[in-house]
Amino acid sequence: MNTAGPLSSQLVNLLAALLLLLAFSMLAQRRVLSLIRLFSWQGAALAASTLIVAYFTGQAQLYFSAALTLVLKVILIPWLLHRLIDRLDVRWDVETLINIPTTMLVGIGLCIFAFALATPISEMASTVTRSTLGIALASVLLSFLMMIVRRKAVPQVIGFLAMENGLFFAATSATYGMPLVVELGIALDVLVGTFIFGIFFFHIREQFDSLDIRHMENLRED
Amino acid sequence: MSAVALQLLQSLLVVLAAPLVLGWVNICRAWLQNRSAPSVLLPYYTLAKLFHKDAVIANTTSPLFRVTPYVLFGCMWLAAGIVPVLATDLPFAPAADIIALVGAFATARVFGALAAMDTGTSFGGLGARREMMIGFLAEPAMLMTLFTAAFISGSTQLTTIVETLAHREFAIYPSLAFAAVAFLMALLAENARIPVDNPATHLELTMVHEAMILEYSARHLALIEWAVATKLTVYMAIGFALFLPWGIAPAADWGALPLALGVFAAKAALAGAGLAFLETVLAKMRIFMVAEFLSTAFLLGVLGMLIHFLMRG
Repeated sequence: MNTAGPLSSQLVNLLAALLLLLAFSMLAQRRVLSLIRLFSWQGAALAASTLIVAYFTGQAQLYFSAALTLVLKVILIPWLLHRLIDRLDVRWDVETLINIPTTMLVGIGLCIFAFALATPISEMASTVTRSTLGIALASVLLSFLMMIVRRKAVPQVIGFLAMENGLFFAATSATYGMPLVVELGIALDVLVGTFIFGIFFFHIREQFDSLDIRHMENLRED
Repeated sequence: MSAVALQLLQSLLVVLAAPLVLGWVNICRAWLQNRSAPSVLLPYYTLAKLFHKDAVIANTTSPLFRVTPYVLFGCMWLAAGIVPVLATDLPFAPAADIIALVGAFATARVFGALAAMDTGTSFGGLGARREMMIGFLAEPAMLMTLFTAAFISGSTQLTTIVETLAHREFAIYPSLAFAAVAFLMALLAENARIPVDNPATHLELTMVHEAMILEYSARHLALIEWAVATKLTVYMAIGFALFLPWGIAPAADWGALPLALGVFAAKAALAGAGLAFLETVLAKMRIFMVAEFLSTAFLLGVLGMLIHFLMRG
């Protein structure tokens, strides 16, 4: 009856399920502050799952990437985002293009698509984490959906960062993580990206008096 | 023969203990809200009082109005006989699986709504419409939850589910965790508990279930109240069967019965206290937020099922 496998993969599966749940709650969340808190929780779940994979497979470099995730995605980027929304004074409710129950139903559809896509791939893999590939794919797609349905710039950036979380999780579950150099590079890119987005926010607001990116669709002739 | 006796014992026990469970939830709530608690037997006194009164029935009603309390009570009693509370080997259990069980609850809901509209008062119609809205959102969530457990154990019979889940090796099932949360949300909605409906209110803007039974009196009201208490107990028993199946006596083992009884009492006491706690910390939501609440429950149920399929491989 025990189809769940050894303890390590059970724990990773549990954290993967948590990751997916967090992706969905980010999709359903209306407030920017809670969105940032959920994002840091997602980072924490990611770090924990990387740590577990590192412990059970004995891959030393995965410890580094777990630590990197913890520092970057649980502490540094949420802190930066907090500072950003303080300075921009954007604590208002997030506007969505379609209502939240519909978004969640679309999300379920994406989940089914991702799971169906991942099942044949994970059958060929031999890692302990192979069954979580579908979840990683689903969280990437869900973050993508979040970027599409949100109207304001800050939640879109959080969606982008959450997508990077999903990609990182996919890398861990498919291949036990990327080489350390690549990971460091990506981490740095994400950090720099967040800085640049922050600067962009100020410019967007200066130009249009709003962070609503609909204004950027209109061509101006001056 | 002994199996039949066991079946009778369980059916009687659930129905007779149901007001006690409700009384326990009420005193837990009173304690948590810093009020002096009523007697735990208060629901029994209320029932006795109502049974001694003369029933008043509006002239405009059809026979449906008179029949409904008996139908409601009958459905809940039927459900109490199917769900394995004390033992898994019940002669009555093969009569219906979980889908039929949900069907029994749906029958009760339809009759309740029809009877509420039968009197022609505006409150009855309002309550019935709200109840049907909540019901049609809660039912899929409930079914998805039950399907998750059914897929894990490979059967829709509750007895088989309990036997498979109670005797498996210990393993973490993320899918069951999702299903448990979804089940809890559906339970709150189906039993008209606080985030969805307030069982203690008669404020016309917010009441759902109370608006439906506003025209009932005396023995009819008593039967409905009793059916509501039984429904709550049966839902708790379904929850135990799916998510905490330990302690339910295996096939026709009379020796294990006292233990099963004690375990059920302990689980019901804990669940009642938990329910009271939830009802104290949560606020009742707007009626249009219920759609979001229950679509979240549905989402969790579906996710549980999907994750089960994904992780099986």
